[in-house]
Amino acid sequence: MTLHTFVIYVEDRPGVLNRVSSLFRRRAFNIESLSVGHSETPGVSRMTVVVATDAGGAARIGAHLWKVVHVVRVEDISEQPAIVRELALIKLAADHANRAAVMQLAHVFHARVVDVAVDSLVIEICAPEDKVSRLMDVLRPYGIIETVRTGRVAMARGSSAPSLAGLGEMTAAQEGLSYSV
Amino acid sequence: MKLTGAEILWECLVREGVTDVFGYPGGAILPAYDAMLNYPVRHTLVRHEQGATHMADGYARATGTVGVAIATSGPGATNMVTGIATAMMDSSPIVCITGQVGSRLIGTDAFQEIDITGITLPVTKHNYLVASACDVASTVREAFLIAKSGRPGPVLIDITKDAQQSSAEFDWDAATPRVPGWRTAPPLDPRALSAAAQLINTARRPVILAGHGVMISGAERLLRDLAERAHIPVATTLLGIGGFAASHPLNVGMMGMHGEAWVNLAIQEADLLIACGMRFDDRVTGNVRTYAPSARKIHIDIDASEINKNIPVDVALIADLSDALGHLLEQVGPNDRAGWLARIAEFKGDSAVRDIQSLPDNGHLYAAHVINDLWRTTGSADTIVVTDVGQHQMWEAQYYHHDRSRSLITSGGLGTMGFAVPAAIGAKRARPDAEVWAVVGDGGFQMTMCELATAVQDGINIKIAVINNGFLGMVRQWQEFFYGRRYAATPLSGPDFVALARSFGIDARAVTARGAVVPAIEAARALDAPTLIDFRVEQEDTVYPMVPAGADLHAMIRRPNPIVETAAD
Repeated sequence: MTLHTFVIYVEDRPGVLNRVSSLFRRRAFNIESLSVGHSETPGVSRMTVVVATDAGGAARIGAHLWKVVHVVRVEDISEQPAIVRELALIKLAADHANRAAVMQLAHVFHARVVDVAVDSLVIEICAPEDKVSRLMDVLRPYGIIETVRTGRVAMARGSSAPSLAGLGEMTAAQEGLSYSV
Repeated sequence: MKLTGAEILWECLVREGVTDVFGYPGGAILPAYDAMLNYPVRHTLVRHEQGATHMADGYARATGTVGVAIATSGPGATNMVTGIATAMMDSSPIVCITGQVGSRLIGTDAFQEIDITGITLPVTKHNYLVASACDVASTVREAFLIAKSGRPGPVLIDITKDAQQSSAEFDWDAATPRVPGWRTAPPLDPRALSAAAQLINTARRPVILAGHGVMISGAERLLRDLAERAHIPVATTLLGIGGFAASHPLNVGMMGMHGEAWVNLAIQEADLLIACGMRFDDRVTGNVRTYAPSARKIHIDIDASEINKNIPVDVALIADLSDALGHLLEQVGPNDRAGWLARIAEFKGDSAVRDIQSLPDNGHLYAAHVINDLWRTTGSADTIVVTDVGQHQMWEAQYYHHDRSRSLITSGGLGTMGFAVPAAIGAKRARPDAEVWAVVGDGGFQMTMCELATAVQDGINIKIAVINNGFLGMVRQWQEFFYGRRYAATPLSGPDFVALARSFGIDARAVTARGAVVPAIEAARALDAPTLIDFRVEQEDTVYPMVPAGADLHAMIRRPNPIVETAAD
């Protein structure tokens, strides 16, 4: 079991998130994280879904996703070099006594302080998930009041963007299914 | 041309080639029903919306064309769910149309409002909520494209009442389906093709596993060519029956839980399995860890998500079966495989030549005899048998020998009791010249027997053989084998089926003796009207052989020997 990251392009239609997420439930896969937003193409949204499964499970998820009518492209980018980021906001108890220490820690993690109140502050970090988690760990002793994490977004490195011009064509990963002797 | 949404619906259905719909009216679908009267479509009024979906399904399976069911919102729509799921599991192309409350009432728990697109999401290939007359045409066209292309399946269109009532410009051409994500199978990979051909050419003990896909793809002829050229025995799944003639010397029979022993033994001893349009269902494989342990596997299926799902395979061809077989035939050479065919004949022993007809009449009436007699009487005619689910279904698969494609219609994947009578009505609508028999247990019959009224009102000439053993027989059999004969809730009473049928205006008779079976069937055939025969068969009869669920495929419970109380071969 490893974490697989799927980049899924979907038509921007009512209920499409439900169609995709319901598929994972229906096929008994557990979503670790899911994020959705607009893609570079109008009318097409981009999802990043992270699932813990083995290689066979990942292949099946890919094949099932292809069958969802409003899915226009699927890629499992787990094996590719990719930029993976998560955005987190962390609200922390901090007053004049420890504010400076907290801000210094944030600085070390390249995080920013985006709100300061008398007895609290909010730190914003955009980083790979493990770095976000480590920042949480070092901040925890100060008293975390509230956190929000977006879940993983990912993009393959290099210029090989998954062109939407090839809509309807299967990916190399899926073609790989057809030949394995 | 300005038309109402309801009129656009029928314009599109007619242009899609629809001549028959099965349905039940109600408030939210009334505008569509009103418009229907102006279009050349024959409507069959069902008695329950589940029946409408099974009829559409039977219609689709009998011909391969899309079947259409129509119902109102709320309970009308929810009653369709079982039939939709049945079609989904068996890859049957149907389009279900449901009325929905007015678009401004959606989300308010209005009278007969239900989220049917939400409910049917996992049991449809795709579904739509149409809230504007402008969207009706493109949606209907998309729905038909999706239902019948690739691996077929059910599509539901939920149309709000205001979308049916309001008007929009109707332009058939402008409504051409545009589905960016829709894709057909990729071009065949030539490396996979030659690898598959190489495996076939070098295999010593190959078996073809023929599934429903053979008929869906229209690949019957190509499959026969492949089997004959390379002398490869063919085993069929339950839904694959008919795709390869039962009387063909290379047809070894049905595989799986109630497959004949020699079929399963051949699979277990094979060195190559060529799976054609089948999906290695658990009822076919038994224990997957011990399944065909020494066989390489080639899997040809149009649905990529079936590859490596249950059984890991060596070569996969994701393709329309006809396309794949056509290309494979170019590379597969002749081979007589005499040794392997002799080995399978050895597995058969004398069981293949024993004939249940030669068993002495011991005064009991056995279901297997009834079904075998039905085959002897109707098998050479253009007959479609539609079965329900349970023991009689397995006996039908074993003792009715289907030589023609689409001559057996049965609920396999979902195992839906109550399927037979409505699906037979649908099949008869699709194939009016065929003789259509519903073979149904007394349990399943009581689930949808209301549709007898449908057959009478619309003059649909189906023949019904009730295999009446006073038990939920297959469940009773499991209780006998696995629950120490504790018959919890399986003894089943029923009405006098003969009197019941007559009360509907249906000709009916009961049969209790073996000698009366054929005359009753002949009498039913002679009548140009629906007929029912109540075959009162042995109560505690058992389907053999049986691979217990999850057991090794070769670990069958065999027929008792000597055969005393069963009608086994």
